Amino acid sequence: MDIFLQQIINGLVLGSIYALVALGYTMVYGILGLINFAHGEVVMVGALVAYSVMTALLPTGLPPVLLALLALLVAAPVCMALAWAIERYAYRPLRHAPKLAPLISAIGVSILLQNLAMMIWGRSYHAFPDILPPIHYDIGGAQITLLQVATIVLATGTMAALVWLIQRTAMGQAMRATAENPAIAELMGIPINRIIMLTFIIGAALAALAGLMVGANYSVAHYYMGFMLGLKAFTAAVLGGIGNITGAMLGGLLLGLIESLGGGYIEDLTGGFLGSNYQDIFAFLVLIGVLVFRPGGLMGERVSERA
Amino acid sequence: MSPIARHALSLTTLAIASLGLSACGNKEAAPAATGEVTIKIGHAAPLTGPQAHLGKDNENGAVMAIDELNSRGISIGGSKVKFVLISEDDQADPKAGTTVAQKFVDQKVNGVIGHLNSGTTIPASRIYSDAGIPQISGSATNPTYTQQGFKTTFRVFANDVHQGQALAQFATQGLKAKTIAIVDDRTAYGQGLADEFKKAAEAGGAKIVAQEFTTDKATDFKSILTKIKASNPDVLFFSAMDAQGGPALKQARELGLKSAFLIGDGGCTPEFIKLAGNAAEGQYCSLPGVPLEKMPGGTVFKEKYKQRYNQPIQLYAPYVYDAVMVMADSMQRANSADPAKYLQEVGKTQYQGVTAKVVFDAKGDLASPAVSIYQDKGGNWNFVETVFALTAPAAAK
Repeated sequence: MDIFLQQIINGLVLGSIYALVALGYTMVYGILGLINFAHGEVVMVGALVAYSVMTALLPTGLPPVLLALLALLVAAPVCMALAWAIERYAYRPLRHAPKLAPLISAIGVSILLQNLAMMIWGRSYHAFPDILPPIHYDIGGAQITLLQVATIVLATGTMAALVWLIQRTAMGQAMRATAENPAIAELMGIPINRIIMLTFIIGAALAALAGLMVGANYSVAHYYMGFMLGLKAFTAAVLGGIGNITGAMLGGLLLGLIESLGGGYIEDLTGGFLGSNYQDIFAFLVLIGVLVFRPGGLMGERVSERA
Repeated sequence: MSPIARHALSLTTLAIASLGLSACGNKEAAPAATGEVTIKIGHAAPLTGPQAHLGKDNENGAVMAIDELNSRGISIGGSKVKFVLISEDDQADPKAGTTVAQKFVDQKVNGVIGHLNSGTTIPASRIYSDAGIPQISGSATNPTYTQQGFKTTFRVFANDVHQGQALAQFATQGLKAKTIAIVDDRTAYGQGLADEFKKAAEAGGAKIVAQEFTTDKATDFKSILTKIKASNPDVLFFSAMDAQGGPALKQARELGLKSAFLIGDGGCTPEFIKLAGNAAEGQYCSLPGVPLEKMPGGTVFKEKYKQRYNQPIQLYAPYVYDAVMVMADSMQRANSADPAKYLQEVGKTQYQGVTAKVVFDAKGDLASPAVSIYQDKGGNWNFVETVFALTAPAAAK
């Protein structure tokens, strides 16, 4: 039982990080119908900037929590500026081009960012500093650290704030209107260029937070880390119904849990036939199942309109 | 696409074959021409991607050797030679590895140093063998590499049979482990080492209580580690590279898994300790060969490397350095840089290198490989013991 509980905790932490990243994919898709493949790299830049700030300030002897906060205060604007530049120079000129063009541009930006990061931070893996004291809590034999609690709470809080922003504010209304129909929204006096930009920037801020969390939870930052994370988060977004905010959160959490439980129990479930080397098939089996039986994703509805 | 590719491939093979035939004729004329003769040495390692730091380290070792050779002003076959390193990125990817290999063959390199990973070295070795180009790897440890019946494959590093046996012996005798859990990263290296370790550990009387798998790109190991925690083994053997091993050890401790942690040469790096942090204290790794300080030319090499690159040696640089030197030495003894001519000489090598005295067995493996165990004390890998040193040629397996 304690093992099961531990896997649930592992899954929830991983899932809340996936959810934060998946939000970035889903928001942009919701508005532009574009899969922003460079988003995973923005997370990577967030993690590496946070790493640099923290290691630079480590000698000052400030408490680690404060360091993490400062790191986020630097990483978030950097990511936001980066997202601004990506949108302005890689996507906006292609907005009325065929759908394939911005997609290829996205992949290009992704490779460009990876290589830039490799030049700036080098090829080495960087040990991410601890941002919270290593306090363990014992819940029925399972270990949960203060950091894990903080990750789940912070991710949930941020997502709640995002839902409020989109559902309850005038800006959110404008975003929803732009997603509904950009041309009509523009006629209604909504500055859609600014709204699209804003969407990218909000996604980037979430990415910076996710980057900090990945770094802190798995204690490693590397220029290549954004690639797989981006793919998984994208999967989470599709699982939840791409374009749907609540869906991305649900998809992220589900994917985290599926990966964790799948990896932990696949051997027992298949009587030793499959080992944890097939950990990923659970996530992707679920994805295939969703695409076949519910192509819009768990929470998606109007997928035919978008496609 | 595939018919075209196949066509292109057969064309290139044809071209190479005809070049190979005409090469003998050309070589006669070469010395008559005045000036330097260029000897092209191919070097392949991942220079991008998750293992780029190790690949760059290998390349640094090769560059040092090449520069030293050129500063000596060597003459081969009557004319002064200039060694040129052609370094290619194989991305640690078997497909990219064979592309690089084909490229080297097309460029008519005189010899190949590498590749870094077993997963790229093995498929590439067939291409070099077909072209008759000698290949010396300073880091690929999977035994298969030298056991394919190719005459062109050599390595200046103990293979995974030696290392797996040494690690298992240390676990069962040194650490007195009764129960052992194994994690491997499903690469040719990780899997091969884990298999050898498992065989030897079971023969040594230990019980393998869990065997889990990850990938060489993973950062989250909590799921498999949680599962291992359930069986509470005496020793956890993590058969992967430092980039996975370091974070995995840290995560294991966060989960309350207290087993002694053992990792092979891929984790025997400063990087591993940096990544695992305090969790690395007291844990073990193994490295083929003897420690750098105990190597014949180790201390000098370490200083030279540090001076030139302003960073510590990651791992394989001294072995890659020796690999280049062994190749150049064979060319000098054969008095020819023609692969067909100096290939036999590689097998007859008796070279006193930085890492050890290099003598090959019939398969191209080291005749007397040593494997050493290290323990982290205060953030450094400290030598514990040399576990395994065959004096006779490695048992044919």
